[in-house]
Amino acid sequence: MNMSWALVIWLSVGAYAFKMLGFVVVGSRKLPEALSRCLVLIPAALLAALVFNGTFTDTQAISIDERAVGLLVAIVAAWRKLPLIVVVVLAAAVTAILRAV
Amino acid sequence: MKLRIESDVRPVVTSALALSGAVGVFALAFGVLAVGAGASVWQTCALSFFTFTGASQMSAMSVIASGGSVGGALGGALLLAGRNGVYGLALSPYFGESLGKRLLAAHFVIDETTAMMTAQSNPRLQKIAFWTTAIALFSLWNLGTLIGALLGSSIDPYTYGLDVGFSAAYVAMLFPHLRTANGRIAAASGALVSVVLAPFVPIGLPILASGVAIFVGLRPQKVEPTS
Repeated sequence: MNMSWALVIWLSVGAYAFKMLGFVVVGSRKLPEALSRCLVLIPAALLAALVFNGTFTDTQAISIDERAVGLLVAIVAAWRKLPLIVVVVLAAAVTAILRAV
Repeated sequence: MKLRIESDVRPVVTSALALSGAVGVFALAFGVLAVGAGASVWQTCALSFFTFTGASQMSAMSVIASGGSVGGALGGALLLAGRNGVYGLALSPYFGESLGKRLLAAHFVIDETTAMMTAQSNPRLQKIAFWTTAIALFSLWNLGTLIGALLGSSIDPYTYGLDVGFSAAYVAMLFPHLRTANGRIAAASGALVSVVLAPFVPIGLPILASGVAIFVGLRPQKVEPTS
């Protein structure tokens, strides 16, 4: 595993820097509208990427396995507006059961 | 010191607490998943305390979980953290001149505090909304993380399908962003890029590369009918 304190520190410093940035460049200037329209799309693009990359790749190969079924369960659960923890538990449980059988 | 809560403040405090409760449960999931990805209990708690922006923390840990490098984990996580900068821009006019207070407030500029603050109708309620949400949410986020991390230390992530837990959490977080056409196009393109690039670039990079999908926002908002 590549987990390290360096990641914790850099991510914390970076995240705080971004939070500060808005407070520092403040008020007087406004972001160009086209840029704002792009920035609000960051979560949509990245979360979708995390979902699909996390489900359909295994290290660096494309693969379809039990995780795809877990994802399907998560999508249905989230679409039915179930609470986040329920979505997580259902998806993990289905995947775990499929792996066990 | 007044103990009685004024009537217009009550709904603000109630929703701040409800929101924080929900986020605390999410923190529980983060704690379990982060430890499953190889972080120690301390590292997991430090992320929640110092980074304090859920999607970035999750993103970094899922790249690590799939074997990515620290650099690969940082890229996507920081891009996600970038949106807090935009929130700061929006919230900045509501805060006074005091630099110390601004430096402190900045740490709490995230999705939930921004949503709570901008939903209020006057400066007094805005201030109350921001700080109530900030304090309650920060407390429960860190408490939830600790409990989750301790729980997570005693189970095997693969056996319990926890790797899919990450994706499931993202799915739930993604849904609200799919309400606009741009959001749906950005999500679809981001997803495509992240899978297609996977075999060719280091782990973690496809997530960062999917950021190109945000340029969907450049297309004109209203499309002229073409003859």
